[in-house]
Amino acid sequence: MSNLIVAEREIVVPGQELAEGMDFLPGDYVIRDKDKLIATKLGMVNVSGRLVRIVALNEPYLPKRGDLVIGKVVGVGIGGWRVDIGWPFEANLSVKDATSDFIEKGADLSKYFNYGDYIMAEIVNVASSKIIDLSMKGPGLRKLGPGRLLNIPSSKVPRVIGKQGSMIGLVKDYTECKISVGQNGTVWLRGEDPKKELLAVSAIRKIELESHISGLTDKIKEYLESKKDGL
Amino acid sequence: MVYEKRLDGRKFDELRPVEAKVGVVDRAAGSAMFKIGKTIAIAAVYGPRQLYPQVFQNPVAGVLRCNYNMLAFSGSGERVRPGPSRRSKEISLVIEKALLPLLDLSNYAGAVVDVFIELIQTDAGTRCAGICAASMALADAGIPMKDLVSSVAVGRVGGKVVLDLSKEEEDYEGHATDIATAFSTRIGQVTLLQMDGEVSKEELKKALELAKKGCEKIKDIQVKALKERYVGGLNE
Repeated sequence: MSNLIVAEREIVVPGQELAEGMDFLPGDYVIRDKDKLIATKLGMVNVSGRLVRIVALNEPYLPKRGDLVIGKVVGVGIGGWRVDIGWPFEANLSVKDATSDFIEKGADLSKYFNYGDYIMAEIVNVASSKIIDLSMKGPGLRKLGPGRLLNIPSSKVPRVIGKQGSMIGLVKDYTECKISVGQNGTVWLRGEDPKKELLAVSAIRKIELESHISGLTDKIKEYLESKKDGL
Repeated sequence: MVYEKRLDGRKFDELRPVEAKVGVVDRAAGSAMFKIGKTIAIAAVYGPRQLYPQVFQNPVAGVLRCNYNMLAFSGSGERVRPGPSRRSKEISLVIEKALLPLLDLSNYAGAVVDVFIELIQTDAGTRCAGICAASMALADAGIPMKDLVSSVAVGRVGGKVVLDLSKEEEDYEGHATDIATAFSTRIGQVTLLQMDGEVSKEELKKALELAKKGCEKIKDIQVKALKERYVGGLNE
């Protein structure tokens, strides 16, 4: 006989029992201890079918293949660039993955990306915690121009983006800002009007603070609507 | 000397008043405050981040690095001199060993998770308060762990086994024994067991039973504090 001990969307702590019996399966951040499922992170319970998983409320960014991230160029070498992506170790962007231009052997690569530049790139390979390869080949992958940078916990990125980009689309519509969100929790934004830019920043901060509340899109819409007149 | 009544009027199996709060340091990845009686510990977690010098790196898992420190103004100045010392170095190490068995750092190979524990006010049981705070701070930072670690001191004062000694009891003239313990109450594992003084086999068994009960109470408070960070307050 299997039964769930916790409710959907309930906040659980590490070591808390989630379910009894063998019918449920452990998903993200859930482990099995004999016939019990145990949470290993502070987060919200999500049950889909037989799978019990935890959506972490705060966690360090963990690079995964396919993630679009915003990183800072911290090293320029002869074969590529070193990029800080908010992970303990720098990621590697090689010349062949960076551009389709012909680059002569021994050319000065800082002409393309220089120290301190921010880029939007895709993680194409995670071989180990120290070997992470990036690529700039793909739609939307580019060097980011002047703008504002925000850092949010990577676990809150899905909320900031929303379903099919609904949340970020909402903020973009109201504030007329260009916004790019990296999976690593770095957000880049630029607006023509500084006031609107600040509104976008406060909206993103609000999403970050209230990310665990349901019906957030409507709440943010209300918030943006109420601030719209002041612009 | 017979110890009939505790100096502060508590029952023999009663904890000092406990308070816990999570998220007290904004800049840290995770943080917590744990207060038991007059002892207050603040723990802040930073990382995972790069570990230097490189020889300390572990190629298969992350490294936990704890730093225990009593602030200069924290104690009454009688016995322990606050600040970095042989004692604080040892306590940092035992705290590390008390937390590590329950942590899963396999994703952070080559990196370090730093835990800074500062005691802003000390009475007794500082390492235990430090462990409780550190465990909550690690959970707040989102480091995977099998269970929270709860910790409390037990001991023998004037021939009686007591829970959670205060400073007056530690200094009791008829010989006091102080046993620091840390438990994972879910797994039933002891992760810290240190003793200063003398105790018989039976008394030690009794003391550990008492410690386990005390840790269960402390864990309830830890869990409540962690959940309160997200429930209540923000929902309104």
